[in-house]
Amino acid sequence: MQTISDKQGVKRYLINLTVNGDEYSPVIKGNTLLVNLLRDELDLTGTKKGCELGDCGSCTVLMDGKPVDSCLVLALEADGCEIITIEGVAQHGELDRLQRSFIDNAAIQCGYCTPGMILSAKALLTRNPHPTEPEVRAAISGNLCRCTGYVNIVKAVLDAAEATE
Amino acid sequence: MNQTTTTDPKSSARAYTHPGLPEPADKDYAVIGKSKPKIDARVKVTGQARYTADLKFPNMIYGKILTSPHAHARILSIDTSEAEKIPGVKAVITHKDVPTLKYGISPARWDENIFCIDTVKFVGDKVAAVACIDEETCYKALKAIKVEYEVLPAVLDPLHAMDEDAPQIHPEYPLNKNTEIHQDFGDVDEAFSKADYVRTDTFIGNRTYQAPLEPHTATSIWQDGKLTVYSSTQSPHYFQYYIAREFGLPMGDVRIIKTYVGGGFGGKLEPTGLEFAGAVLARLTGRPVKMFYDRAEMFAHNRGRHRQYMKLTTGVKANGRILGVHADFIMDGGAYTSLGIASAYYAGAMLTLTYDFENYRFDMNRVYTNLPACGAQRGHGAPQPRYAFEAHLDNIAKELGIDPVEIRLLNARKPNTVTPNAFVVNSCEMVACLEQARDVSGWAEKKGKLPAGHGIGIATGSFVSGAGYPIYRTDLPQSAAMIKVAEDGTAATLYTGATDIGQGSDTVLCQMAAEAMGYTYEQMKIVAADTETTPHDFGAYSSRQTLMSGAAVKEAGDDVKKQLLEMAGEMLNLPPELLDVRSGKISAKDNPETTLTFEEAARTFFVKKGPLMGRGSYAPPKLGGRHKGAPVGTSPAYSFAAQVSEVEIDEETGEVAVLDVWDVHDCGQVINPALLHAQVHGALYMGMGESIWEEVRFDANGKIQNPTLGEYRLPTALDMPRMHSSLVPSYEPAGPWGVKEVGEGATIPTMGCFRNAIFDAMGVSVNSLPLTQEKVWAALREKRKADGEDVWDPMACECFIE
Ligand code: FES
Ligand code: FES
Repeated sequence: MQTISDKQGVKRYLINLTVNGDEYSPVIKGNTLLVNLLRDELDLTGTKKGCELGDCGSCTVLMDGKPVDSCLVLALEADGCEIITIEGVAQHGELDRLQRSFIDNAAIQCGYCTPGMILSAKALLTRNPHPTEPEVRAAISGNLCRCTGYVNIVKAVLDAAEATE
Repeated sequence: MNQTTTTDPKSSARAYTHPGLPEPADKDYAVIGKSKPKIDARVKVTGQARYTADLKFPNMIYGKILTSPHAHARILSIDTSEAEKIPGVKAVITHKDVPTLKYGISPARWDENIFCIDTVKFVGDKVAAVACIDEETCYKALKAIKVEYEVLPAVLDPLHAMDEDAPQIHPEYPLNKNTEIHQDFGDVDEAFSKADYVRTDTFIGNRTYQAPLEPHTATSIWQDGKLTVYSSTQSPHYFQYYIAREFGLPMGDVRIIKTYVGGGFGGKLEPTGLEFAGAVLARLTGRPVKMFYDRAEMFAHNRGRHRQYMKLTTGVKANGRILGVHADFIMDGGAYTSLGIASAYYAGAMLTLTYDFENYRFDMNRVYTNLPACGAQRGHGAPQPRYAFEAHLDNIAKELGIDPVEIRLLNARKPNTVTPNAFVVNSCEMVACLEQARDVSGWAEKKGKLPAGHGIGIATGSFVSGAGYPIYRTDLPQSAAMIKVAEDGTAATLYTGATDIGQGSDTVLCQMAAEAMGYTYEQMKIVAADTETTPHDFGAYSSRQTLMSGAAVKEAGDDVKKQLLEMAGEMLNLPPELLDVRSGKISAKDNPETTLTFEEAARTFFVKKGPLMGRGSYAPPKLGGRHKGAPVGTSPAYSFAAQVSEVEIDEETGEVAVLDVWDVHDCGQVINPALLHAQVHGALYMGMGESIWEEVRFDANGKIQNPTLGEYRLPTALDMPRMHSSLVPSYEPAGPWGVKEVGEGATIPTMGCFRNAIFDAMGVSVNSLPLTQEKVWAALREKRKADGEDVWDPMACECFIE
């Protein structure tokens, strides 16, 4: 990994990563969090911050297909990884079936948890296309929602799974 | 504020009148009553929706606030010189750099300063602020500010705040009394003397926090003497009013813009240090300043639910009929007033709604402590007193051998009645709610017949559909709205000050606009909650927007419709009275063949007369009695609800598993059923969290022990029971199309409902919230001891002794 130092001797690292299919080579500090790289440098503000402690899951992104709290991941650790954020879920303006299902099931209120919820649910449906209700609840249990009581979110995920071949 | 008001219950209430229209016979609506998708759903599922923290402005810098590490201390000196030397620090400010005018959301008690001047009053009180080129530099600068304190004794126990020798927090408010209330309606003593049974119980409510998922953020920008603040706010209007007042600016030079907001639940109703300090930092640096609280700072800023000590005495006849009630409460207000005066009045005022009794006394002291300030949280002052009263009522029912549903049906409020504290109730389906809750939950088959460890409980609730009076005294209407139809008629934009914080007001108001105009929801656009472009509205609190903002929107829609049909009449050579418009189609009432589209008529209107615009506003009639505090709790309409829950208790561990909750609501005409039930789910979720897990805890120095979402214990998807939300038919004459509130009402019965289910299951009463596993376990143990069982005491076991 290429490094350069600033006047104070603080190192910067050049990392390579793919975000939503696009390649980026940002220069970052050792303490830069993945969530801040995405939000502040790449302007992908669909990834939210609710706690910066790994409690709420609003910052969930997919890292090589696995859901992670991007506030707990150093940008350095994302070197060489493929990241999917909420902005990368719809394809060519066409909503993903999970996104459609969230709309149809009134599973969105303030929407702050929604990006993280959808990515956690997406990871679940990729590894388990027909989950049971307890499996859905377990998969989103790291994503807090203060608005919905999870009722319609769970319904939306189950509905989207049902629609899957 | 220390006087007793005695009021004859009937003389102070105005005679009942229908303030609105009778129920229409034909409720064949085209747009309302339908589960339309949320107007902002697509931007929210794609990540396009921008919340305040997502906004970037050219040349923007970042600001943070330095807070007090002590619960109570005198500031001896503040040295900012080292902080100012750090590269990247653009400004450091203390009380010397800001107006010293005190502010607060309650006009009767302005007691906060932008920064503390002499003393800090809780761990987290505001001392200084910095603006820097990035967040990291902010934290370095905060560390470099040196504050010398002399630590003072602190008041941490509200029950001792009024002691003669307690430390004084605000010299202006002796004995730490913030709000003292004594209200007396009818003759409670006589009621008790006529009663067959008089009972007193005491309960304690917990200090909880709204914990919206989005942290508070504000970005302030000055341009040509005008201040613009982008904020995660529940009320652009109150922000504008109080910020203008603090800086001596005309309101026209303060513009508040709400972005998408990630939940509020009461916590984002009043401006914070982020707006006040941010405005000063932005002016000093000449740059946009973005300020934000992290999660721990949100907990410290608080404004959540008060901890309350609630003593209730009730006198009943042998059949369970309530004759009189005395509520005697103490509230821990924390260091400042916030919206606490209203919270204190609400706590007692709302107890008179669901059951009909004539004699009522309410005594309250809201005291200052050296803890974070409390304010309005979903349901405002009502949920905890309701928990206490519902528990108290079940104790009475058990003593008298009456079924809990029966005692509630016997006392249930009826429509077109007046409460002892002079609230006029129009529509009220309390009886129907109770009966339906009983039936859908299978009460008759379950009560007394469930397996060991299982229990079933019931409770009621009621809430305002908008506070009858604004927070500060003004003659402004509650709500106003404008609709502008596009030049070619293919779209219409609703301009409203109503504030969507996730509950869906943008959606239901567009449905209401389309219904009134005879248009389609799908063609509606909305511009909302920007004090410069949208007409006045007080915002999202007291469940007011569906009724109040809705009434203004309906009037604006009716106005468009009237002008449109006049134009259509000219075009068709027919008197406009003979025409109607529905879903974008204009037709003659007696001849459906004669038609014109909304677009055609709207376009012709624009060509001939200019913009087609509708205007509306809403002010409620004069409400309430004449006693002190009479305005709090008044509303044009009240919702009613009954809840039943079934629980399973692990007798060994005390763990409470809630299996099912049935909520039955009387909320008038429904605008969007899907969003309405979603509100009930969310309210129940919040009520459940507060009932069983949530509590802000402090150490011996007044520092919060659990300022994280995990340790505060927000419920997860794995914690939630099956929820069943249903409605009873209802029509409210004071609301547009008959609407009432729902968003807060469903939080109110929940705590009492769970307590009563646990009481039913185990015969033990948990008299404080939250109803934790430890408390249930301890109560079960006490019961076993009392039953003469030999109970093992784990604390006496040597393995527990270090
Ligand atoms: S912001 Fe990452 S888990 Fe909360
Ligand atoms: S919709 Fe608001 S936090 Fe989930």
